[in-house]
Amino acid sequence: MDNTSTLRRYLPAGLWVLAGLAVFFLLRSWIAPYSDGISLNADVVVASIKQIGGFVLAVLVFLAVLEIYFYQIFFRKPSNAVNAVVVRFIQVVVAAIALMLLVVFLELTDLIRLGEGALGSFFRSPSTLFDGLKTALVNSQMVESGGATMAAGGIVVLVLLGLFGLIQALSEPRHSRLGLAYLLVLPAVVGMLFLIVYPFLYEIRLAFSNASLGTQATKNASYGLEYGWQNLVTLFTGNVAKDAKFFEVFVRTILWTVINVVFHVGGGMGLALLLNRPMKLQGLYRTLLVFPWAIPTTIAAMALRNEFDSKYGMFNIILGNIHNFVTSVPFLNWLSFIGPVSWKQDPFWAFVSILLSNIWLGIPFMSVIILGGLQSISSEYYEAAEIDGANRFQMFRNITLPLLKPVLTPAVVLGVVWTFNKFDVIYLITQGGPQEKTDILVSSMYKAAFSFYRYGFTAMFALVIFIVLFLFTLFYMRITGGLKGATD
Amino acid sequence: MTATTSSSEQIKKAENGFMRSFFHRGRGDSPFKTLMIHLALIAACIIAVYPVLRVITISLRPNDTLLTTSLAIIPENASLDNYRAVLFGEPERGRDSDFFLWLWNSISVVSVTSIFAVILAAVSAYAFARFKFPGRTAGLVFLLTTQMIPAGMLLLPLFIMLAKMKMINSYLGLIIAYAVSSVPLTIWTLKGYYETIPVDLEEAALIDGASRLTVFTKIMLPLSTPALAIAFLFSFMGGWSEYLVARVVLQKDSLYTWPLGVFTYASDFTVSWGKFSAASVLIAIPVMALFLYSSKWLISGLTLGSVKG
Repeated sequence: MDNTSTLRRYLPAGLWVLAGLAVFFLLRSWIAPYSDGISLNADVVVASIKQIGGFVLAVLVFLAVLEIYFYQIFFRKPSNAVNAVVVRFIQVVVAAIALMLLVVFLELTDLIRLGEGALGSFFRSPSTLFDGLKTALVNSQMVESGGATMAAGGIVVLVLLGLFGLIQALSEPRHSRLGLAYLLVLPAVVGMLFLIVYPFLYEIRLAFSNASLGTQATKNASYGLEYGWQNLVTLFTGNVAKDAKFFEVFVRTILWTVINVVFHVGGGMGLALLLNRPMKLQGLYRTLLVFPWAIPTTIAAMALRNEFDSKYGMFNIILGNIHNFVTSVPFLNWLSFIGPVSWKQDPFWAFVSILLSNIWLGIPFMSVIILGGLQSISSEYYEAAEIDGANRFQMFRNITLPLLKPVLTPAVVLGVVWTFNKFDVIYLITQGGPQEKTDILVSSMYKAAFSFYRYGFTAMFALVIFIVLFLFTLFYMRITGGLKGATD
Repeated sequence: MTATTSSSEQIKKAENGFMRSFFHRGRGDSPFKTLMIHLALIAACIIAVYPVLRVITISLRPNDTLLTTSLAIIPENASLDNYRAVLFGEPERGRDSDFFLWLWNSISVVSVTSIFAVILAAVSAYAFARFKFPGRTAGLVFLLTTQMIPAGMLLLPLFIMLAKMKMINSYLGLIIAYAVSSVPLTIWTLKGYYETIPVDLEEAALIDGASRLTVFTKIMLPLSTPALAIAFLFSFMGGWSEYLVARVVLQKDSLYTWPLGVFTYASDFTVSWGKFSAASVLIAIPVMALFLYSSKWLISGLTLGSVKG
């Protein structure tokens, strides 16, 4: 490895770069004559890179500061008693300021209200100082007002690094058995707290409020148990989105989930069993069969939405052709009830249309999972069973199914949960119509929030859906003992 | 014994059969059965592929024959006008093409999310896979529970939070919203993968005096490059064709990701079905090619991670 020349080592990479550049310039020269009609230009690209780059930088710097802080807590100890006082003092002050900023953040997002009193201004003091620093920087003509936040942030980070350097100088290394583990999970934990735990708490708080468009979301909303109760009563007795009632939508959701999962597992199992044998063309079949999974769902759903058009859509054309064929053949006349269907106006057929679409989309995933499971079953079992005189069905019942269970159980649980929550297909194809007759719980919830702006109600709705799913999963795991090893 | 002899006789018979020459015969399947299996699979393939082909068909239709009841795969008078309109705009109607803008928006948002998710996950999944620390089980149960949270459930609080932080109508809001679902899934996938790597390697290195951190960066990360790529792809695909969240977070045309953009074509049937189909084909072909190319690894990633047996 070492005696290969530098040229040789970097040649492939260089060639790739050259090829990339060649493609770029070729495309550029090809597109150039039309470039007037294309709205993407260098300015747009630069602006978005600036925005995203600044964000990425801010997040990375934040994580780095956090990691250094905790590294020093886990892996450094003050070298003597005097240093200990200084070090701990700095660490406590930094933590206190961080907590104050956190409180300000909570206030900014309306989770809590500090009010204008002494308490509020105490918690706001770090951010007030930061704003003061910004205005000072701008006033002293050192930075433009656009870059003030960045410059002030840079100064704060430098001060922090200085403090960390001081701590480093006043301390000595020490061993920590679990320190590294905590340092490794720290970024993810912070991310989870911000991305999932905090929104979840926020949702619980919202559920006990009357937040809606009228209260300008959370700005003028009132909170209290009575609002939560009110939301709950509305949920079970009133209208969930506009006209639909909870239990009607709930039953439809269960139908939607059961029918989808049964067809996904059944169809997937069928295809997997057909494919699980030495045969010609297997690779081709497998490639073609995963098409519905490979195509982006959004595109598939929007395309299918057009195909359910009553006149020019594929389904009605095919049904119409069948109808013509059946009526022209005398002895098939009794089948003449088959014909074009109003997919969009008739609630039943609208529901069938979303079911067909989602089944089509979901079978490949299941068949791939099941095929993977089937291929891991040793053929010796079947040979032994054949010698014992078992027939195909007995083999399936007593060998295939039990041995597939470890693969099937989590796939079915996740399939149920995903289908229960999956409403992009519904939203893109029928938008829940006609008259909300194809809405499931999650799509009703989405509409309640973003079409009818019933925020407090939606939050309660979301909590109820979450509890339903949670109970289902607990119940299923209790019965099957599945997912047991998952957290070992 | 009788069963085996009779089946081996069958095999001999079948070997001379005509079908044997074309269709490879499976475990004791008769030629007729093999034929039926192939027919069933061909039918399934047609059902799987035909709707996709229809999109291509419609994209090739010239505008005056968009509304036809023909089922032919290659339309009469096939033309590339729709592709031209999607890619380069329609100067004669004074319309610019936003297609590249949408792609750029999608790519920047989704790739930043995925890179973040993979970095966070690569590091924390290692801790979950190799350390026993207080809080580990709680963390894993928490990660599993996040899979149960409806996708739209946290959208409302997130939306309000983002609005308060003035991040609606910016890339940042969407990046944050996508990270909600991709980070836990990525951690889960990578933890599954790390656990398949034998501990012996690391233990040997540790005995030789390497630190935990060195073991992680010099042994674990290089060994798990394929898994990192899979995790990136998963996360990327999760956000790539997402519509519902983007619709809420982005309301400005110039920030539209491609699902939002393409939907503006799809929303009126008569005018833009052809353009919608052309745009779909242009987007779907690279994605599907990538998917089919990487499907082997994707599937292994699935079985390792979220759907671990």
